[in-house]
Amino acid sequence: MNIDLVQVRDDIRTRKTTARATVDQTLARIARSNSQLNAYHEVFDDQARADADRIDLEIAAGKSVGVLAGVPIAIKDNIVTRIGHTTCSSRILENYRSPFDATVINRLTQAGAIIVGKTNLDEFAMGSSCEKCAWGVVRNPWDINRVPGGSSGGSAVAVAANLCAAALGSDTGGSIRQPAALCGVVGFKPTYGRISRYGLVAFGSSLDQIGPITHSVRDAALLYQCMAGDDPHDSTCAPRAVEDVVTTLEETPRAFRVGLPVQYRKGNSPSVDAAVARAVEFFKAMGATIVDIDLPLTDVGISTYYVIAPAEASSNLARFDGIRYGHRTKSTAAKDLFDLYAQSRAEGFGPEVQRRIMLGTYVLSAGYYDAYYRRALQIRRLIKQEFDTAFAKCDVILGPTSPTAAFSIGGMTDPLAMYMCDVYTVNTNIAGICGISLPAGFDETSQKPLPVGIQLQAQAFAEPMLLKVARAYERVQGGREYPTA
Amino acid sequence: MNDPNNQPAPLTIDDVRHVAKLARLAVPQERLAALQHDLQAILGHIAQLQSVNTDGLEPMAHPLTLTNRLGDDVPQPSMPITDLLRNAPAVQGDFLAVPKVLGGESS
Repeated sequence: MNIDLVQVRDDIRTRKTTARATVDQTLARIARSNSQLNAYHEVFDDQARADADRIDLEIAAGKSVGVLAGVPIAIKDNIVTRIGHTTCSSRILENYRSPFDATVINRLTQAGAIIVGKTNLDEFAMGSSCEKCAWGVVRNPWDINRVPGGSSGGSAVAVAANLCAAALGSDTGGSIRQPAALCGVVGFKPTYGRISRYGLVAFGSSLDQIGPITHSVRDAALLYQCMAGDDPHDSTCAPRAVEDVVTTLEETPRAFRVGLPVQYRKGNSPSVDAAVARAVEFFKAMGATIVDIDLPLTDVGISTYYVIAPAEASSNLARFDGIRYGHRTKSTAAKDLFDLYAQSRAEGFGPEVQRRIMLGTYVLSAGYYDAYYRRALQIRRLIKQEFDTAFAKCDVILGPTSPTAAFSIGGMTDPLAMYMCDVYTVNTNIAGICGISLPAGFDETSQKPLPVGIQLQAQAFAEPMLLKVARAYERVQGGREYPTA
Repeated sequence: MNDPNNQPAPLTIDDVRHVAKLARLAVPQERLAALQHDLQAILGHIAQLQSVNTDGLEPMAHPLTLTNRLGDDVPQPSMPITDLLRNAPAVQGDFLAVPKVLGGESS
């Protein structure tokens, strides 16, 4: 049986169960399966139990508690917490302990959530498979020989395998949605600026967004509601009111139009195309209008992304220099500051992170800035305009989250081929709009059934409508299976 | 992508070495060739950007049309120095300890 966040929350509040029992069960499951799945890098057993006991006492005393009281939540390890470490799954931050909590951590714990642990990711959120995690590969609970996707793979696995009620991820080019699709759970990337990035270790600052990974759209809406809204610590947080998405969630969406981009139909595995086709039938049956739309820059998105994201990363990751925090080389060959920086960084960063720092440095360097970086930013505007044109014809864009189900661990060695996994997700971030991946059936052609996901994208700040449509799909689609691994 | 002129000039080992220096990464000699290969392949792919007409387009650095947001100029409590130094690899008193600075950056 699967943990339903809202159900658990209600059961704790009405004393059908206790926060302590919920946490104990979660910790027991982690103890059983984390050594195999490697979802968590660190688990806060003692603190989680203490927090649960405190919440149970408050409920027993009749005090009013927050909307997440007693619910165990997992946190991607690139979101800083005062408890434990924040490593970004990188050796360079192996021993790093944050002196502050991210804004999202404050908001969740104020609502009563219990932080159960920190989950593994591709180092610094750079990857689509969680094979590039300094603390070992993360395994997909549907088939442990397959990747969970990335970069928020640990969080997606923790949810799929019921090692938490819900988790936080971060999404720079698909890092919430793609692992959610590959693990058969819900992954929601809100509009850029909807949720504070304060305390999210920066990768691509104009692309990064924190969001929930959950069992249901209902759970995702609740977590989003708790986290969204302006923050004085993040000047790129949108200064606009957050609509109540939780109470409107169950409303039947008014007549809406579903856009199908012609560019989203090539190169997918048949099971993925079939999942999208089934979703089209669901939406038709709901009375939605289906329209063809044109997003000709879909392919160019990957190229645009692999200029902008590494450029921003090369700048953001310059702070890891072995001086104020993080790994410092022990090499006695490092005689001066330059050597200290260069040696510490070469020892601390893994190969993919170094590759992207190099790429970003190159596209920003003298002589190449205009040809790569400036041009990518111009194309970014075109991609945004393309979405604006599409959203004049439709309310949501429907398509695959990822072209295939989970691939085998070690099965994709070419970095460029790996980048192509994100073809349907990067443009959401480039344009700063919102998107959600929903479980949509299985690929039955592999040895074990593997989940496939569909993605719905909507215009910036259209979360209330997007979530309502996603919830309507979820209701029609009905119950789901859960992994047995 | 069809125009062969779109393909970037080949990246030399010296180029890779230069970028590594700019990026403050001590790349060992034996890894230069592999990096050269990977970067060349990625640059070959992103050369498709040259085939898109971008005439007259204003670069878009950020998805939100934000203006500078000014905070009130009121002092706020800072984090304690001990908290900030707790993660430092080398400390002397209340200071971060580093190797000699003068004459270093030019290497």
